[in-house]
Parts: sequence; structure tokens; C-alpha cells
Amino acid sequence: MTEIVAHTLLVLATVVVLVPLFFVLVLLFVRGAPLLGISFFTEPPRDMNKAGGIMPAAVGTLLLMAGTAAISLPVGVAAAIYLREYAPDNRATRLVRLAILNLAGVPSVVHGLFGLGIFVILLRFGSSLLASWCTLALLVLPTVITASEEALRAVPDSLREASEGLGATKRQTILRVVLPAALPGILTGAILAMGRAAGETAPILITGVAFFCPELPHGVFDQFMALSYHLYVVATQVPHVPPELPYATAAALIQIVLATSAVAVVARAHLRRRRLA
Amino acid sequence: MTKLESRRLCIHYGAKQALHGIDIAIATNEVLALIGPSGCGKSTFLRSLNRMNERIPGTWHEGQVLLDGKDIYGRDVDPTDVRRRVGMVFQRPNPFPTSISKNVAYGLEIHGTKSRSEIVGIVEKSLRAAALWDEVKDQLHKSALALSGGQQQRLCIARAIATEPEVLLMDEPASSLDPISTGKIEELVQELKASFTIVVVTHNLQQAARISDRTAFFLDGRLVEVGETKTIFTSPVDRRTEDYVTGRFG
Repeated sequence: MTEIVAHTLLVLATVVVLVPLFFVLVLLFVRGAPLLGISFFTEPPRDMNKAGGIMPAAVGTLLLMAGTAAISLPVGVAAAIYLREYAPDNRATRLVRLAILNLAGVPSVVHGLFGLGIFVILLRFGSSLLASWCTLALLVLPTVITASEEALRAVPDSLREASEGLGATKRQTILRVVLPAALPGILTGAILAMGRAAGETAPILITGVAFFCPELPHGVFDQFMALSYHLYVVATQVPHVPPELPYATAAALIQIVLATSAVAVVARAHLRRRRLA
Repeated sequence: MTKLESRRLCIHYGAKQALHGIDIAIATNEVLALIGPSGCGKSTFLRSLNRMNERIPGTWHEGQVLLDGKDIYGRDVDPTDVRRRVGMVFQRPNPFPTSISKNVAYGLEIHGTKSRSEIVGIVEKSLRAAALWDEVKDQLHKSALALSGGQQQRLCIARAIATEPEVLLMDEPASSLDPISTGKIEELVQELKASFTIVVVTHNLQQAARISDRTAFFLDGRLVEVGETKTIFTSPVDRRTEDYVTGRFG
């Protein structure tokens, strides 16, 4: 009897999580449907964002995701390798780990202000794509480090022993055995990082995003548009916007994030399968 | 000819001393079995013979381990060189999650063998020597994880001998395997002793009796007795050895 009650409660909890998600998706796609054609993705906005498509914002979001991943992954994975494979297990290391976890809890607008101070002003990147990349990379670093460290921890020590027992150096062992085995888990971190980069609004608002900029950025020191901020703009900052436009913009953002995740999930599954084939 | 020799070897894990002054000389191409109850230090001794014990933080040693007369713990000795000359097979099969051929080729590649054809040749030779070739020759590019436990362990042996070490250390190589696979590993040890000096830790006294030339009995971190396997099992000098091999404890 208690078994059935517990089971029902757990199923209910799952439903409570899934139902709103489902309705949000349906609502966005149904209300946005009149606008969601090819031209919506290929045309720039017109008339101060009241008409036209979202092309520069979609491209901007893709650039943000790619650039953030390109900066945060090498640094994050390297830090995880140090913490997991080299750092002695002492109080200092535990303190560093704790600091990283706390960094993940810092509000993103604070990261944004830090980015403004360091990248935009001090390093003279200006309000730019590069400044936003660096700021978002800092923002997602704790996630990347934690996910990568988890992935490294999951690699059985027997594989390290096998490699070192054959006379491999620690460096060879990490590069040839540990990292390849941890790659699927590291990819999970990359997915999370890119999802954050696509969704964050406050940090890019302070460091580089443009309100209306129908041309694509010509270089990393240019401003850019991004879907997250564009959504905020068309939903609240511009009067007389057609009601479908915010819905369609949100649907586009979700599509981009889901598509990126899907690619990473497929890549991860492929990596896992190859090991057992 | 003495191949490998420990002299007054003591191993400490932090404040705990695991081995107390071990003196054993191992002759070229002999099979030495290490027996004793759990926690007696036989695995620690095995791992000290190729410096694998150093992987555990806080481990330190006293005394010497001489390989061809030269201390492997010497100041100018690189542990990776030691492990290249003194290979190791572990208790649980631990193939890399890649193909069968890549597993065997790994040691060659990290030591700089570039030629593809040379590697292919050594992979085949090693798999033959490990009595695995006939079972896997048509699936060299399949994942090593698809093999059975016994096949995986023979693959690990092939991987260990591909780099042509001089000594082969085996840490209970058959303890996780079924009786048929165990039999194959034991046969293999007999064949491999023609080319290698072998030190094997085993919990299985019959196995020690079947495969080894000499046997060393460890108890509480000390070497109680080492001698011809036949002597150890039939007329040991020490009372404790007799109690152990006749099954009175352990």
C-alpha cells in the first residue's frame, strides 16, 4: 500500500515537471506559428524590431555559443585535469573546489559587471562580441570544470594503472587513455555551457549586445544582436510589436538550443557506441 | 643468473609499514609464486618490483630492488623505464575501451614505434603468444570490451608482452576468471616462462603448486620462507608455512 502511494507521488512529481514544459513549448510554437517561416530566420529585423526576421540575432546567438565553448572548454578541461589528476588531495585543493562551486552560484549580472570592468574597460575590448565571449566563458567555467572533473573521476583507475604499468608517462596516460574515456562526460559539460551562453541576457546586455543592428558583426570587436536580449526587447521595450513576434522569437531560441544539444547528444552516443562495437 | 633481487626492502604507507626487510632473489626465466593470507604484503611486494606502489600518495621505501644488478629506485632511474622492462598484469582484466589491436599496440606507440607494418606484426605475435590469436584474428578492430573476461585477461597479457619486457608481474591474474579461463592462463604462464621471468601473486595454493618453480610465503608483511615449490608444499622449514599450505589458517 505505502509502495503504491510512494510510486504515485513520484509519478505525479514527474508529471508536475513535464506538463508546464510541454505547455510552454506548445504555446510558443502555436502562438508564434504565423511568423515561423524560412524568411523569419533569413531576414534582418526592420522598423526598429517591429517587423522582419531575426537573422542577425540568431547568428549572434550561434556565435555566442561557439565562442563561449571555444574559450571555456580548453581552460575548463585543463583546470579539471589539474584538479583531478595532479593536485594533491589537501585542504588547499578542497578550498579551490569549494570556490569553484561558489562561483557557479554568483548571479550572472555580477559576472556581467565584472566583464564590463575587466574586458570592456580595462582590456579595452569595448562593448563587443569578444568581451561577451570572455564574460560568458567565465560564467560557464564552473559548470565546465565540474562536469569535466566528474567525467575524469568516472574513468576507472584500473585504466590509468594499465597505461602506467606499460611504461606510459602520466601525460601520455592522460592524453591517450583518460581524456578519450572522459570525452562523453566532457561533452555533457559543453552542452550545458552552450545552453547557458544562448540563454543568458544580463551579462551580454552589459558587455556587448546591440538593441538593433541589422548587419552581422564584421569582427570580434563589433557589437552584435542575440536572441535572448532580442526577445526581451520585442517583448517589453518596443511599442506596437505584432503579438506573434515575441512567441516566434522565443521558439527560435529554443530551437537553436535544442538543435545544439541534439548534435552533442548524438556525438556522445556515437562515442559510447564505438567503444563497445 | 639473478634477474631481479630485493634487498632488505621495506615499504611504508604513511605511518603504516607494509613490508619488513624482504630479501628475495629471482632467477632469469623462473616462475616465482607469492602466497600468503590477505593483507600479508604479497601484492605490495609485487608492486614494488616495478614501482607501481609509488602511485599511492604517501608511499615510501627503504632498501633496494636490483634489476640486473642496478637499483630501480636509484636517483637517476625513470620509473617509466622500469615499468617498460618489468611489465604487469592486474587482478581484474583492464583493457582500454578501444579495439583489440589498439590495446596491444598501445605500449609500442607510447614508446615511439612508428612503422605500421611493424606494429601489425608485433600485435599478431603478441596475441599468438597469449594464445588469443585464433579467437580474435577476424575481429581485431572490434572493441576489446566485447570479449569475455578470460579473453580480456589474455588480451592484457598480450598487451603487456608486446613491448618485450624482461620480467612479467602478475597480480592474481586468474582470480576473477572461471575455471576454464584459469586453466588457459596457467598454461600460458608455463609457455611464457621460456621468454620472461615471471612473478605471480596467487590466492590459490594449487595454482602456485602447478605453475611455479619456487614459492615465497608472506605473513604480516614479512617473508617467512622462500624455496623450491615442491619443498614449500611438502616439507617446509617453518611451522607457519606448513600450517598455511595445509590449510590450517588463511
